[in-house]
Amino acid sequence: MKVKELVEKLNLTVISGEKGLDREIDGCYVSDLLSDVMGNADMGNVWVTLQTHKNVMAIASLKELSCVVFVKNLNPAEETIEQSNEEDIPLLSTSMQTYEVVGKIYQLLNS
Amino acid sequence: MELKSYKADLHMHTVLSPCGDLEMGPQNIISRAKEEGLDMIAISDHNCTRQVKVIQKLGRENGILVIGGAEVTSQEEAHCLCFFETDEQLDTFQQFLTEHLPHIPNDEERFGYQLVVNENEEIEDEEPYLLINAIDVDIEGLYDKVHEIGGLFIPAHVNKPSTSLMSQLGFIPPDLKADALEISKHVTKEAFLKKFAYLKRFSFIQSSDAHFTHLIGETYSIFHMYDLTFDEFRRTLRGEDGRFIELKQ
Repeated sequence: MKVKELVEKLNLTVISGEKGLDREIDGCYVSDLLSDVMGNADMGNVWVTLQTHKNVMAIASLKELSCVVFVKNLNPAEETIEQSNEEDIPLLSTSMQTYEVVGKIYQLLNS
Repeated sequence: MELKSYKADLHMHTVLSPCGDLEMGPQNIISRAKEEGLDMIAISDHNCTRQVKVIQKLGRENGILVIGGAEVTSQEEAHCLCFFETDEQLDTFQQFLTEHLPHIPNDEERFGYQLVVNENEEIEDEEPYLLINAIDVDIEGLYDKVHEIGGLFIPAHVNKPSTSLMSQLGFIPPDLKADALEISKHVTKEAFLKKFAYLKRFSFIQSSDAHFTHLIGETYSIFHMYDLTFDEFRRTLRGEDGRFIELKQ
């Protein structure tokens, strides 16, 4: 599945990194500890988090994740957005909380 | 003037922190600091400075420099030591903390007491809101505020696998405006820098993070500076004019 299909199916808001909407998704990782994501997320993962610090983008790019989904309408810092546009890794947001959005992503990726 | 060496333990909790032992009152802290031969200590309760001034008074009477501040939990849940020189700066910072700590009442049964005591260790007040929560200000907002007031900003126990800047953010942001970094007793500066060479530019301190009186001074740093003042402390963090810090365990 591509990032743009995920956006359509879950009605996510695209904050930045539009050029990366064609990235292929391979699995999902859920964590708010950036050191944990650094150690355990895999390439192509959708990353669901509530952390909005610019280091989120640094880690997404290092781990070559497909996109980042911020829960509960949280807004990333300006620098996070800038780096997302530079790296073409989309930042997405949803009003859903983690439990809800992750359940839906699980269904989509495993159907 | 010649450099002198001062023994410093710059991270400890009092009866005000819910996790601080009830023995961590002003008199016990100062007498333990004296026993340990400490010249300088810092009072760093979670998200609150209200126990600082009475311990500073006792410190002055006993020849110990007491640095006042707090261990603040940023929005990212990273613990950061924030230190101030004057009462006015402390008051301004306390106002900021009060404004930004969520109004979630403390449950003493579960988390412990949050006591403000006087120099005779009599209870004068209790902090109503749970102090171990995170304030709603992110790390950049926090160090900007600390520096605007004129204080010092030192991320706490950065090597710790939880509640540290590195655990929460994956790594230290390269442009972080910190006045020093604190490492815990579980690592040496040499071993730490071997793994994280990009942090070489920072000064380091090592402290006990004592929650119990017997741990005060167990871990400490030696400040090589010209006099025992806050300004000298600040200059030593900057490594000005040959001043330096030696880490001891």
